Amino acid sequence: MLEDPLVNRLPFWALWLPLVGFIVLSLFGDWIRDQENEARAKGDTSSLRARGTFWAMVMGCATVAAAFVFSAMSVWRLMQLLPGHEGLRFSQPYLGFEWIDVGGLRLPLSLLLDPLSSVMILVVSGVGGLIHIYSVGYMAHDEERVRYFSYLNLFTFFMLLLVLGGNLPLMFVGWEGVGLCSYLLIGFWYKKQSASDAGKKAFIVNRIGDAGFILGMILAFHTFGSLDLVEIAETVASKPAEAMGEIGILTTIALLFFIGACGKSAQIPLHVWLPDAMEGPTPVSALIHAATMVTAGVYMVARLGPLYAHAPTAMAVVAVVGAVTALMAATVAVVQTDIKRVLAYSTVSQLGYMFLACGVGAFGVGIFHLYTHAFFKALLFLGSGSVIHALSGEQDMRKMGGLRSRIPKTYWTFVAGWIAIMGIGLGSVGFAGYFSKEEILGSALAAHWPWLFGIALLTAGLTAFYMSRMMFLTFFGLYRGELEEAGHHSAGHGHADAHAGSHGHGGIHESPWSMLGPLVALAAGSIVAGFIHVPAFVAPAVRVEAPEPHFAWLPYLALLVSGAGITIAYYLYVMRPELPGQVSASLRPFQKLLEAKYYFDDVYNAFAARIVVGGSDRTLWKGVDTALIDGAVNGAGRVVGAMSLTARYVQTGLVRGYALVILGGAVALLYYLLWLR
Amino acid sequence: MTEAAVQHALLLSALLFAVGALGVFIRRNLITIFMCVELMLNAVNLAFIAFSRSLGMPDGLDGQVLVFFVMTVAAAEAAVGLAIVIALHRHKDTLDVDAFSLLKW
Repeated sequence: MLEDPLVNRLPFWALWLPLVGFIVLSLFGDWIRDQENEARAKGDTSSLRARGTFWAMVMGCATVAAAFVFSAMSVWRLMQLLPGHEGLRFSQPYLGFEWIDVGGLRLPLSLLLDPLSSVMILVVSGVGGLIHIYSVGYMAHDEERVRYFSYLNLFTFFMLLLVLGGNLPLMFVGWEGVGLCSYLLIGFWYKKQSASDAGKKAFIVNRIGDAGFILGMILAFHTFGSLDLVEIAETVASKPAEAMGEIGILTTIALLFFIGACGKSAQIPLHVWLPDAMEGPTPVSALIHAATMVTAGVYMVARLGPLYAHAPTAMAVVAVVGAVTALMAATVAVVQTDIKRVLAYSTVSQLGYMFLACGVGAFGVGIFHLYTHAFFKALLFLGSGSVIHALSGEQDMRKMGGLRSRIPKTYWTFVAGWIAIMGIGLGSVGFAGYFSKEEILGSALAAHWPWLFGIALLTAGLTAFYMSRMMFLTFFGLYRGELEEAGHHSAGHGHADAHAGSHGHGGIHESPWSMLGPLVALAAGSIVAGFIHVPAFVAPAVRVEAPEPHFAWLPYLALLVSGAGITIAYYLYVMRPELPGQVSASLRPFQKLLEAKYYFDDVYNAFAARIVVGGSDRTLWKGVDTALIDGAVNGAGRVVGAMSLTARYVQTGLVRGYALVILGGAVALLYYLLWLR
Repeated sequence: MTEAAVQHALLLSALLFAVGALGVFIRRNLITIFMCVELMLNAVNLAFIAFSRSLGMPDGLDGQVLVFFVMTVAAAEAAVGLAIVIALHRHKDTLDVDAFSLLKW
């Protein structure tokens, strides 16, 4: 236990601020908006009242920015203290009282600040803060922007709680909280049927994963007698590792937790909710469904690294599921036409990469990719938001093209994200994605999983291909939409980000600086973030020996594969734009399989949904509820009613008759008490 | 209080109670019935006092304290009961208890 007031208090301040922001914005949001509308109706446009929602949004950003400052200060302080304390690897700030203290279960309100959670809180509050600022511009014309910011603040609070929580139940509170915020924000435009459906889908699919998390927690408590993260890590270390192929208690716990991670981090078979989650506002997709929340599963697996290291079967499952997800999502991304859906499948694919890294024992590398991915994927999502904004809501890439010269600032930041996600680089110089991707590939090979390495390499090539395809379709060639020719800005744009119609300017337009600023910052991050070697930084927190990748030829091979992907995409979509149609026509069955996303949704609909709905309708509702339960209740009522038909004649209405009965009763009671007892 | 005195008091109490109970059953006038109920209450009070004097002395005063409670409740009951009697009389212009037999099957 580290006794330092700074390190013990600051993380709590980082937690409370976004919560305070949420409370203030949710309580006063409507009032602020009404005040603003009232003031504007009187022609006032500059006073504090008339700019209330703007300042409310600024406050939403400020709480997260302050949380970032506090996070950075506490991390800095922790790093300063650690060398002075031999053997110390973490700090557990404690609020001073227990959340639950029953029997053998003791759950203090304590956090866990170590290098692993340090990386996470900096990513969450840093990238999250930039996305908050971007949202000020992006949501500027949305009627419910204050409600939007209150949700974002609540999300930041829960996400920080998730990564800082010192024991599993506290982590689970954050876990559920971010799920709730994800649901609220996917369905933010709840008047749109598809958006509210997507929100429900995300929530329900996540429930399946959460069930795994809860069962894992119960089993972990049963096995280790504690739910504290540090205690579990230390208890596991004293146990013998289970053999490969054996399904012992540690493997079971690890697999149950992995089910939870699958749900939250959109891995096969629970990945179906993430692409649909793109119905939410684009900054939400960037914040929750790319940079932070969906990486919670990776964080959890890395946090429980010692447990997984003792359960090789569970590790193999993690690695295989990660690799298969990475490849599957990458292939689906190739045929998507919606710019945000390409990015969504790309996110699923990259998350698969992270799990692959964790599965081969390189937990630090998984966190490294999480960290670089947060930058470039948030950048790409926000960039796509800027493109969508420029085109007044158009998301179909077939109606884009040639935007390079129309929105050059967005284009150049997008280029940074594009190169970063493909992992272009050589030697010790490269974009952020290069370093982490390189280490994942190397770790897979070093851990003697050659075919997983093959899948990862193929995925890298596919990543380069579909990202280049998106790049070329969006920014190169000729513009294929009809925005400038037509009168446009009619209300008829069937457009997910429904803010477009209220813009004062027409045509293709560059985004305001509140949106471009975060883009530039994230682009800078996508370029330089990889130079901080995260695996070495988090190694003391992960406590697992990672495989050491030393393959001098690997960067060249990876560069070759990525280059091939780019070249093919360039040939198909820039030099010979008529070719893709012919290629897909000749590969019709394969194309259909990809367009149907491997029929996951259809299979779930046909089996799970239909069985559940049908079973509920016919058996549980009409059979059990209506016939059995209602029948029992109504039957009891009917029996009483029938009996009362005769019994009611006791009520004669004659008062003296009643008095006589009372007297008779009293006499009988007296007789019993005096003589019979 | 001697044994004989207690017995006399209890006998009087029983007699008063019987008179009250009989009155409740055979009389029809509401006010009379009401007064008979009061009579029964006071018969019980007398029994309380007699028992308290014979068994509870010198320091057990429970029975006598209870009498005060009975008297308080009886006063409250009298107020409410007479109010009901007046309301009933206004309603039907009679105090015959058999006239009020609406509340039956």
